[in-house]
Amino acid sequence: MEFWQSIDWMGVLKCFLVGGLICVIGQILIDKTKLTSARILVIFVTAGVILGALGLYEPLVKFAGAGATVPLTGFGYNLAKGAIEAVKEIGLLGAFTGGVKAAAGGIAAAVFFGYLASLVSKPKIKKQ
Amino acid sequence: MKRIGKQTICFDNPPTILETASIVGPKEADGPMAEYFDQTLSDEFWGEKTWEKAESKIIKETVNRVITKSGIPANKIDYCFAGDLLNQCISSSFGLRELNIPLFGIFGACSTFVEGMCLGSVFVEGGGANYVLCATSSHFCSAEKQFRFPLELGNQRPPTSQWTVTGSGAVILAKSGEGPYITNITPGAIVDLGIKDGNNMGAAMAPAAFNTLMAHFQDTGRKPSYYDAIITGDLGHIGKDILIDMAESKGYNIRANYNDCGVLIFDKNKQDTHAGGSGCACIGTVFSGYFFKMLKEKRYRRILLMATGALMNSTSSQQGETIPGIAHAISIEI
Amino acid sequence: MEPIETPKEYQKYVDKKSPNSPILKNCFNAFWVGGLICSIGQLITYYCKFRGADQQTAGTIVSIVLIGVSAFLTGLNIFNKIGKFAGAGSLVPITGFANSIVSPAMEYKSEGYVMGVGGKMFTVAGPVLVFGISTSIIVGLIALIFI
Repeated sequence: MEFWQSIDWMGVLKCFLVGGLICVIGQILIDKTKLTSARILVIFVTAGVILGALGLYEPLVKFAGAGATVPLTGFGYNLAKGAIEAVKEIGLLGAFTGGVKAAAGGIAAAVFFGYLASLVSKPKIKKQ
Repeated sequence: MKRIGKQTICFDNPPTILETASIVGPKEADGPMAEYFDQTLSDEFWGEKTWEKAESKIIKETVNRVITKSGIPANKIDYCFAGDLLNQCISSSFGLRELNIPLFGIFGACSTFVEGMCLGSVFVEGGGANYVLCATSSHFCSAEKQFRFPLELGNQRPPTSQWTVTGSGAVILAKSGEGPYITNITPGAIVDLGIKDGNNMGAAMAPAAFNTLMAHFQDTGRKPSYYDAIITGDLGHIGKDILIDMAESKGYNIRANYNDCGVLIFDKNKQDTHAGGSGCACIGTVFSGYFFKMLKEKRYRRILLMATGALMNSTSSQQGETIPGIAHAISIEI
Repeated sequence: MEPIETPKEYQKYVDKKSPNSPILKNCFNAFWVGGLICSIGQLITYYCKFRGADQQTAGTIVSIVLIGVSAFLTGLNIFNKIGKFAGAGSLVPITGFANSIVSPAMEYKSEGYVMGVGGKMFTVAGPVLVFGISTSIIVGLIALIFI
């Protein structure tokens, strides 16, 4: 109960709006450019890395929280932030280890759960 | 048999289409043509482990069925022409490996069905065979896997995309019989008007269909009104409109008697198939199931059957190539 | 209509003839589904923080949970239905990344567990990692110059 009282609902609203808008940008790209979904993902992650490196994504994360970190741009932002911070700490090697380290949880989870899901289930036709 | 005009062959002793058979998947079984097919499947695996195996089983069982229906023993059938969409035509090769009939594996993408009938009828009329079997198949899942994306990928299909028909159609051509007869064949040339969008196959193939249609009318001196029905394979809703427009631009009005199997096989609104059906089996099943019966019952007496194919693969699309189209036509009369 | 002679004319004609995607409806669906997925992420973040986790840890947990749930939904043949409805709404969040790994893994199960599942797993998502990680290394190298 205490948890529900601790929630900043304004923060959730900001997260909803920003997250939704980032997805709308993706939808416009899909419908207007005929880009495949794989390319959309690449564009978003790369854009996130670049925006993150330029310091332009940080304010959005501060403002919207998960609304900015859950979209793949946030994944890119995380990679950039990790790389820069690691470079500050350990120098050259950090450029190679920092990014992946910061995103390690997500990558490892995707590989593991992906393999697991494929073991137990079979693809089915889209009925519609 | 003789050549007339630029690319049409006219038969003196037209081969008969003796018998046809068709088996379709569950989605086609929900469509408006369902009652005409010999068998409808309730799931796309049909008891097999993979979609490729399922597709092979579908073509195998369709061929077995057409042989049984015709009453001609398998060893009396001289040659078989078969092909499909999967790399190196594995569905037909694997499905027909126990058939023990000399086989020509052919590839014309979705035009394979009529391509086979063109070649088969030349064999029969030329005296090389008494009975020829032509078959083709396609499967939504195996085609998506090879040409597009995994089934479970949460992407949206654009409104121009078409739905590959799961199924198989097979026909037996005979030297003599009561018809319907294949009277003319007009094999088509490759036409590429630069469409690159793999989700708009109808637009990619329509120019080829137009080219073959014009060649057929010029070679034979026939008009669109000569036919009770002009039927294309899988141009879908968009390609069908384009072909009507293009024919009109050259002064041929085909509005009244033209239709497309990709339009006929699914109910666009209820089944969410966007621009219609596609795949080798689209024309294969709709002709074998529906039009052959209509011809037999003499509800149609003259039809022009034209299968359209898009001659691309996933490598060529990734390399940014355009999509070459092809269309082969045959006149069927009774 | 005038007879069409060149690919350029034809492309123009085809563009006119082909129906457009219902972009307003698609954007609306993408907006609220995408927003909802992010909000779920936000609630998980709050919960982690409530339990005493720091920002970084909470972010990682959110990624893992959302990826796990999407993998599960993909396995149950549900994610593609969500994706068909929401488009970019489920593609752009980390859920889309997870789906793009699980779906080829399931698809190519028929080619075996090593080269089928293991090998094909990254056919769609591989480029995301290649471009994301490579760009981040370049960013790190550039950062090195400025520090």
